[in-house]
Amino acid sequence: MGVEQKLGNMGVVTTTLESVVNWGRTNAMWPMLFGLACCAIEMMSAQSSAYDMSRFGMELMRASPRQSDLMIVAGRVSKKMGPVLRRLYDQMPEPKWVIAMGDCASCGGVFNNYAIFQGVDEVVPVDVFVAGCPPRPEALIHGVMTIHEKVKGESFKQYAEKYKQTT
Amino acid sequence: MSQIEEVSLDKFKHLVSERALTGETMLLNMGPQHPSTHGVLRLLLELDGEIIVNCIPDIGYLHTGIEKNMEAKTYQKAEVMTDRLDYMNPIGNNLAYVMAVEKLVDLDVPARAQGLRVILTELQRISSHLVWLGTSGLDLAAMSMFLYCFREREQILDIFELVSGQRMMTTYFRPGGVWRDVPVEFEKAVRDFIKIFPKRVDQYETLLTKNPFLLDRTLGIGKLDVATALSFGVTGPPLRASGIDWDLRKARPYSGYEQYDFNVPTRTEGDTYARYLVRVQEMRESLKIVEQALNKLPLGPVRSGNRKFVTPPRSEIGVSMESLIHHFKLWTEGFSAPKASIYSAVESPRGELGLLLEGDGGPKPYRVHLRTPSFDNLAVLSQIVKGHLVADLVAILSSIDIVLGDIDR
Amino acid sequence: MDKKLEPIVKSVQDKFSATFEEFRDEVHLFLKPEQIVDALTLLRDEFNFELLSALTAVDYYPQETPRFHVVYQLTSIAKNRSVQIRVPVNGSSPKIPTATHVYDVANWRERELLDMFGIEFDGHPDPRRILSPEDMEGHPLRKDFPLGYEEPQFTFNFDEIDLRKPYAKE
Repeated sequence: MGVEQKLGNMGVVTTTLESVVNWGRTNAMWPMLFGLACCAIEMMSAQSSAYDMSRFGMELMRASPRQSDLMIVAGRVSKKMGPVLRRLYDQMPEPKWVIAMGDCASCGGVFNNYAIFQGVDEVVPVDVFVAGCPPRPEALIHGVMTIHEKVKGESFKQYAEKYKQTT
Repeated sequence: MSQIEEVSLDKFKHLVSERALTGETMLLNMGPQHPSTHGVLRLLLELDGEIIVNCIPDIGYLHTGIEKNMEAKTYQKAEVMTDRLDYMNPIGNNLAYVMAVEKLVDLDVPARAQGLRVILTELQRISSHLVWLGTSGLDLAAMSMFLYCFREREQILDIFELVSGQRMMTTYFRPGGVWRDVPVEFEKAVRDFIKIFPKRVDQYETLLTKNPFLLDRTLGIGKLDVATALSFGVTGPPLRASGIDWDLRKARPYSGYEQYDFNVPTRTEGDTYARYLVRVQEMRESLKIVEQALNKLPLGPVRSGNRKFVTPPRSEIGVSMESLIHHFKLWTEGFSAPKASIYSAVESPRGELGLLLEGDGGPKPYRVHLRTPSFDNLAVLSQIVKGHLVADLVAILSSIDIVLGDIDR
Repeated sequence: MDKKLEPIVKSVQDKFSATFEEFRDEVHLFLKPEQIVDALTLLRDEFNFELLSALTAVDYYPQETPRFHVVYQLTSIAKNRSVQIRVPVNGSSPKIPTATHVYDVANWRERELLDMFGIEFDGHPDPRRILSPEDMEGHPLRKDFPLGYEEPQFTFNFDEIDLRKPYAKE
């Protein structure tokens, strides 16, 4: 299965630096252990024995934002939690991605009221929205695969332009 | 969006000891983003070395406005809000809500629906305790418990999916009965679960109950005496672990619980280990109830025939004009409840889940108050952690089994 | 009325000249704000109501006197009974004595009422907001507080809603 079988004993691989780096980023993505509400339980299910997200290199949940590069917003974000969420996002090192898991994080869901942000994209930029209330673990895994696809398509030039703007 | 405000000590001056003001003790923030606070709970700790002097919980990071939002929906549609309240126990919340509505409008429920409600609620109780066992095992460094518990939980969720089409937020109970009858595969699925689960609980107990690591972390930690528990309104397993035999299923039987033979496990020690033992025993008792209810499950309708409150079955709508009118009226306007107020409570896995439901004669509830057990159970935390280490706080917090959705509503 | 509840209701009625209502076997006793601490102490000490199950309020908005009902749901574990006490409170600067020294659970529940309804409790040891952010204005569960419904984002109003989301495109 490995690269050795494909290449025999030639020992030299030519590829672009970008695709190697992006490949590395996709297969060792560390999500932040950030459970807010109901979806956090399904996120735990996705980690557990029946679904086993470690098949996709996602088993290492970090509790600290400084060690993680993917934020899975699992649940509704209240007006009190919003600033905290933003600070956690700011503490994550670049490059970083965000999955809005579930209807509440994507668009407010059934809670259209004074206490809840109507979508977490009012607080942080979101890369992938996962629908469902709560989404099944398979749906979350699909969301993760989607973000892998996105990361594989990113180029250094995009990063460079992004950082030029922010600094 | 507002920014995080700088907090000065003046705000908490009356809650911490004088030594904190001179800088002799340290103030430490735990949460709102912390792996062992089981959600977005923030605890402000005053520490003398590693010993907790004061603990000030700060809640509201998951305040959802459920009570306000339910006032804006009709009685049928407000039910979906209760699912998301205590997200470990959605079916139990549905039961509390539909029972409150049935009491308010005086609606009878057929026997088969009652039996189904008991089976599903008890399965939900087991699944809630499994999540508790798995996550508190994780907190106490027993990682494999998490994997074992979630394996069994998946089996329960499969049963829920079988009957309602959803894994967690089922909304399967409706005022006047249940959504529709269970499929034929239901009985076999539940019987399979009844067959394997006792052995699995034995496995958990082999791993944990006499494990010296667990005993060291839990024995004599976080003692809760009866007087404090009652004064703080603690209910559910923490109260029973302190020695009071109070279970609403026994004391005020609802939904046909009086027909089933089960025990209410109690302990007298009131420490973290006693709460662990009570919950594990409760899983076995719940399984007993499921088995009896399944054996006794009568045949018959699963929804009340009262067309003023319950929509007619689909098959009738095509042939009866009256049924069509009822269906249309119930789903567009809703049914109206009398101008009165009731309080109805059920035993959730965490304690007494009560609903104060007030109608104003119209189709929407005038006021819904949810008396959630975790709210009061958490309030007692600041009393029982005093003098313990920070590491013990994690064990105590997980033994209380809080759910933040339940606290903040 | 439940036979077991009759002596309790009678005793409270005699002592505080309270009125009562009944609905579906539940008894609601109506008391004045200044009587509530004495009544709770009496019920706890003499009639074994150890548990204050719920403490909440109801807002009858356009009506000003009384605008709120503060509701105390009491449970007796020893005797297996329940009784509800309601205290009507006026709309302008609603105030009621605290019950924290009778039941400790009242501490957080009263903070919740302060937060959600703006009802003040005299002598409360820790009068801060509990659920809402500190800088929030208004009291959400009052009937004159809007639900705060926001327009969902669809294709036809995409740009309009997008202005509300400055962080979405970083």
